[in-house]
Amino acid sequence: MIELEGLTKRFGDKLAVDRLTFTVRPGVVTGFLGPNGAGKSTTMRMMLDLDHPTGGEVRIDGRRYARLKEPLKYIGALLDAKAVHGGRSAYNHLLCLAQSNRIPRSRVDEVLDVVGLSAVARQRTKGFSLGMGQRLGIAAALLGDPEILMFDEPVNGLDPEGIHWIRHLMKRLAAEGRTVFVSSHLMSEMALTAGHLVVIGQGRLLADTSMSDFIGQNSRSFVRVRTPEPERLRDVLSAVGVSPQVAADGSFEVADMEAAKLGELAAQHHVTLHELSPQQASLEEAFMRMTAESVEYHAHSTAGLADAPGDREGAAAPRGLEEGGDGGVAGGREDGRVGDRVGDRVGDREGGREGVPVWGADWSAKRRKGSAR
Amino acid sequence: MIFTPAVLRSEWTKVRSVSSTMWTLASALLVTVALSAGLCALTNAQFDNLSQQDRLTFDAAGTSFSGMFLGQLAVIVFGVLVVAGEYSSGMIRTSLAAVPQRAAFLFSKLAVATALAFVVGMVTSFASFFLGQALLGSHRTGIGEPGVLRAVFGAGLYMTLIALFSMGVAAMLRSPLLSLGILMPFFFLISTILAAVPVAKDVARYFPDQAGQKIMQVVPSSDGSAYGPWGGLGIMCAWVAVALLGGYLVMSRRDA
Repeated sequence: MIELEGLTKRFGDKLAVDRLTFTVRPGVVTGFLGPNGAGKSTTMRMMLDLDHPTGGEVRIDGRRYARLKEPLKYIGALLDAKAVHGGRSAYNHLLCLAQSNRIPRSRVDEVLDVVGLSAVARQRTKGFSLGMGQRLGIAAALLGDPEILMFDEPVNGLDPEGIHWIRHLMKRLAAEGRTVFVSSHLMSEMALTAGHLVVIGQGRLLADTSMSDFIGQNSRSFVRVRTPEPERLRDVLSAVGVSPQVAADGSFEVADMEAAKLGELAAQHHVTLHELSPQQASLEEAFMRMTAESVEYHAHSTAGLADAPGDREGAAAPRGLEEGGDGGVAGGREDGRVGDRVGDRVGDREGGREGVPVWGADWSAKRRKGSAR
Repeated sequence: MIFTPAVLRSEWTKVRSVSSTMWTLASALLVTVALSAGLCALTNAQFDNLSQQDRLTFDAAGTSFSGMFLGQLAVIVFGVLVVAGEYSSGMIRTSLAAVPQRAAFLFSKLAVATALAFVVGMVTSFASFFLGQALLGSHRTGIGEPGVLRAVFGAGLYMTLIALFSMGVAAMLRSPLLSLGILMPFFFLISTILAAVPVAKDVARYFPDQAGQKIMQVVPSSDGSAYGPWGGLGIMCAWVAVALLGGYLVMSRRDA
């Protein structure tokens, strides 16, 4: 169990972490979500006593980190895959960590085997790919067989197989009753692995909730209606007490009526429809809305530029939407091989898009095909 | 309890598992011994051309350590890389997550690296001495002569203290480039040049290297120093203590 109480970190004028209070509990993967620069990594560094808090404190199983004797046996952390001396072999890197915490030498070979690095154990880590570096960092985290595990953006740089592997590893660790705390800036990634969510923005706590509650509260559903006779449709709708919202492209978004009833109503009044499709706002959108005010690095682009990627996303959406939907389901299904692969592909798309604003991507929304007319 | 066998063993694994350790310490040994031997051979060949004054104050033991002014640079690189290498690679975050007691971490690291520097320093000084004396021919001195064993042992200590001083400075500056950029010119140029300038001399003789080198001399120099060989080593130890204190404060106060 990790307990944060009023944790605060100030760098000069900038408040990086602002009075964070929450508890990370065992037996479930807790996702730590926030946009880039929200203070996730700083918070995690303070949990390990690498950065000194300006205020508040962190307790690991009731004690401060610096008070832990042989801390690798309590908490294993992957903070930065590059936090390794490149001139040292993977084996020696793990060996020196093991020795400092009186972990037997045989455990080094075990964790190398678990992460699949046995074949390159004697090579210097300088030549490792980012994915291999992540695996080495995960091996170091597992070294002391700790009850608490902490991963900072673990899927970064991993190939689809690696992403699949780390997701299952995290779920397995949580299922064994361990505390698993994993950060990400991607809601979609969290939706696949986390059972509990802690969301921060500009260092402040925005949500501390179970994944299912978050989905329930934040997945707004509506029906998109497109018509060449918007005035008539609006009158018809207001007659039954429904006021549609007009989207940017002129289509209507109707929140309080099912698609079937809406279609029947339009047919009754002979209003021509060009589109009638139920929509569900994605978790990514919910996350964006929640953090919109606290995103530190907005992409200030011209309207034309802002539209272009949106259009591309839109064009790619139907396939992406289906995949995202399936992946979301399959992620929770241990035996869904085909579904898992789809999920991995989605994850890979995500990974590939790193650094590009992902906020416009709503591929994880579920969309059922409605009749076009 | 600052030193635990576990952390010491861990730091030993770290220091022996990077190739820079081998390269820097081997260079320190080879450069010092080879250059000292060369200078001894040269002195032997040119002895009759020396001035009366130089012949009278000739220090056979000290001459056999004359290569150390260059060899010490490799020792500095060793000390800097052992400490600052943790920062430049990012390894420090992994290391401190494993050993959050920062004093234990820093001083275990320094203890292991200093022990290694001590062994290499002693091998270097004894090898330099015996090879140098062999090449000095009739001008040689023996290990049993007054003050000679102290000078040989002192030369090994000097190398050890140079390593420790560099580690303290590197712990303060946390960057290998910055540390080397300050230490190398200081020990190779500034200190030596200032020690030769009449006015600056009085200050320069309290620099760590100028003071520490007194321990290697058997024939006292005629510049009227305010301290003897052990006094000089004491001054150097004070410098080392300040560097270590600074390094410890930076390590314990600052974010990793």
